[in-house]
Amino acid sequence: MLSVVRTMWDVFLHAFHKRVTIQYPEHKARLAPRYRGRIILSRDPDGGERCVACYLCAVACPVDCIALQATEDETGRRYPEFFRINFSRCIFCGYCEEACPTYAIQLIPEFEMSEYNRQNMVYEKEHLLISGPGKYPGYNFWRVSGVKIGGKDKGEAEREAPPVDVRSLLP
Amino acid sequence: MTTPHPIATIAGVIVVALTIAGGLVWVERRLLALWQDRYGPNRVGPFGLLQVVADSIKLFFKEDWVPPFADKWLFIMAPAIVFAVVLLTFAVLPYAPGVVVTDLPVSLLFFLGMSSLGVYSVFLAGWSSDNKYALLGALRASAQMLSYEVFMGLSVMGTVLLAGSFNLTDIVNAQRHIWFVAPQFLGFVLFVIAGLGETRRLPFDLPEAESELVAGFHSEYSGMKFGMFFVGEYMGIVLISALITILFFGGWLGPVLPPLLWFFVKLFFFIGMFILARASLPRPRFDQLMSWGWKILLPLALGNLLVTGAVLQAWHPMR
Repeated sequence: MLSVVRTMWDVFLHAFHKRVTIQYPEHKARLAPRYRGRIILSRDPDGGERCVACYLCAVACPVDCIALQATEDETGRRYPEFFRINFSRCIFCGYCEEACPTYAIQLIPEFEMSEYNRQNMVYEKEHLLISGPGKYPGYNFWRVSGVKIGGKDKGEAEREAPPVDVRSLLP
Repeated sequence: MTTPHPIATIAGVIVVALTIAGGLVWVERRLLALWQDRYGPNRVGPFGLLQVVADSIKLFFKEDWVPPFADKWLFIMAPAIVFAVVLLTFAVLPYAPGVVVTDLPVSLLFFLGMSSLGVYSVFLAGWSSDNKYALLGALRASAQMLSYEVFMGLSVMGTVLLAGSFNLTDIVNAQRHIWFVAPQFLGFVLFVIAGLGETRRLPFDLPEAESELVAGFHSEYSGMKFGMFFVGEYMGIVLISALITILFFGGWLGPVLPPLLWFFVKLFFFIGMFILARASLPRPRFDQLMSWGWKILLPLALGNLLVTGAVLQAWHPMR
């Protein structure tokens, strides 16, 4: 009986505690930097697209919401011809970001993307591409990879030795 | 204070009782939120006050569905009974000197009788729904209300003995020297517990225990019929709080402030306590509920009555 009274008193004291509710539209919650929100495509520090259209994100996606088509420019550099994410399907699991070998696709701490029209939830490449490098400043896939593209031959990448001439390799 | 015209009193009582019952939906949600470190509804209108209006508009536009397997007439009658029975009891409550719709000489008995009739509404609702959850809820509700009524009646007999009358106005007037909560503290505690059981409020909301019985006896109700049960429940809270005020806390009696204001101050204090009980106490098991009612609370009420009678007989043998 007394414990009942004490319980009620303890609950009553909660009237003077701090509220835990965040009054959302006026006050925003603090989102962690690794929050998995809207998906973006980032650019390398030189301003080129990071995405090499390897399809790994589309394969990793459990709800198949990513669609893209690979193509090459005249210098042999791969890029997506189109890149489409259907956000009405996306579950924001972040598997695409984990699968991406070039840090191109990233999830950012932003979630305010409601729409009245379902068609508007389909984001094309121009909606996804941002102008900066996102969470990985300074990283440029094409500068560290051994692939030959226009303006960069074999052996000219960072921390890469020049290719060995196998025919001159004498005992 | 001059006595107002009877029609004015009737209209005032109905309007005020319904307004309080409706407003309680908002009060309860805000208070529960307060005690759970939240804000509660605070967007619709000032302080969220218009939430009640928004909710009732929503209820009116809901489909008013009668299940094809239900006993149609009983199904429609049941919510009306709970509403009418509670509203009728408000007719005998004295709110201030002279402000009472009908000053029955046995108004306390009238209240007990009406609250017994309330069982019919609950039981008919569960029975006519022809739904096993509704039926189980109705069985629980009937058993609970019948057992808690027994010692509810006995718990107030102490005040009746002290006042020497079944009339609520006389009971209030008999408390000019000391509120009955002091000589009848046990009776007060028993009445509060019985009142919680009668109104089927948490912690005694087993008839509608959401986690077990969907919504208990009103599982099948929708739209404004559900709204009637809802408002009926809140009017029940107001009624029991008003009776606690009248029987144990001197009704309108109090210094300085006008009588009607005193009445409402006390009324809202006890309504707040009802909501605080909901915010803090867990629900007992049904067998615990029944055995407490019959094995502990009923003997306590009987003992209270016995001791009160003996003491009164010793002090005033002429009674």
